[in-house]
Amino acid sequence: MNAPISEDDLHAWADGQLDPARLMQVETWLAAHPERRAQAEEWRAQAARLHRTYDRVLDEAVPARLIPAANAERWLDARKLAAVAWLGLGAVAGFFLRGETARDPGSSAVANSLPRQAAVAHAVFVPEVRHPVEVGADQEAHLVGWLSKRLGAPLQPPHLEQVGYRLVGGRLLPGDSGEVAQFMYENAERKRLTLYLRPAAPKNGDTRFRYAHENGIDVFYWTDSRFGYALSGNTGREDMLRLATLVFQQHAK
Amino acid sequence: MSSRDAIIAEIPRLRRYARALTGRVDAADDLVQETLQRALEKWRLWQRERDLRPWLFSIMHNLHVDGRRRDNRIDFCAEDELPVPVQRASQQDALELRDLDRALALLPADQREVLLLVGLEELSYAEVARALKIPQGTVMSRLSRARIRLKAILADEAAPILKVVST
Repeated sequence: MNAPISEDDLHAWADGQLDPARLMQVETWLAAHPERRAQAEEWRAQAARLHRTYDRVLDEAVPARLIPAANAERWLDARKLAAVAWLGLGAVAGFFLRGETARDPGSSAVANSLPRQAAVAHAVFVPEVRHPVEVGADQEAHLVGWLSKRLGAPLQPPHLEQVGYRLVGGRLLPGDSGEVAQFMYENAERKRLTLYLRPAAPKNGDTRFRYAHENGIDVFYWTDSRFGYALSGNTGREDMLRLATLVFQQHAK
Repeated sequence: MSSRDAIIAEIPRLRRYARALTGRVDAADDLVQETLQRALEKWRLWQRERDLRPWLFSIMHNLHVDGRRRDNRIDFCAEDELPVPVQRASQQDALELRDLDRALALLPADQREVLLLVGLEELSYAEVARALKIPQGTVMSRLSRARIRLKAILADEAAPILKVVST
């Protein structure tokens, strides 16, 4: 307890970092060593001078450029992910342009943009920890009503509990020509799927399954009379095909 | 309090430290801006049991070190490279600010950081050690050297101000 007084103790005395017991011992020692006391007081005076000189900065108005934007935290993440996604998924778009337009020019617009936009939206929101969805599954009735109204057609998130995925919730997103919706699902291993829904042109009834894969994201997509659908995930093509089939069957009813 | 609000509340302290550390207003605010940006990006990595302030100082320290490396600058100025204090300054405050900026610039950066984090920002020695990722013993030895050196510099400064520097 009565360790000899060290230089560290003198600094701690000057900085007010001694516990009360040690403070007593150091004070006693300093009383008997005036030269060291003068030195430690000199250190205190240095700190006081720092405060005298620089504390005025605390009272200055903070320049506007230093205040982070209100949504900076989300925006920074989204911006970074979106940049990665766009870079990687340009290749997907190219792939579909090449394959589908040659054979089936009528649906090329859907073919080109649906899987790409769905995969970008997937890449942006799936890593999100705090704000993965706008409306959570705990308000499913509200979510369904809201998105149906905004997309102009009744829609229902498919139920995938039987294959281990629970609905996390959904959000509204801007698409090429209006509103689109995204539902997110998560399984026990925290793997996430997103289903991207976009209102379809009325007579577009091409329900063929199509598939895209790039940068680890599998996208199965198809259209029916009401919506274009794209299911995105990274659990492997076979698994995704099974899930997409399930979604397709529920919506075909 | 949201992460953003908590970080905004620390801006004045970050600016004060950056101002004393860099000795320049613009460079200080650039450093603060970079620190805030990095903090928001890394927010999820922040260990909540730690205090926010030392964590922010730690980010600022890393950026400052990177910046010095990038600029390939020496970490303190030789005495004869510094501008001679202007004697005509009308305000005592401005004079004192310049003197201290100048004196701090003469300290090696690693000593300056420890001196400011302890003396100005009043972090505990343990917090400084964590923020700078150095042992506490190193904090104490840098603090000791910084204080001895600052005292010597300031003692020298008083006289040269009155020296005739050109004829």
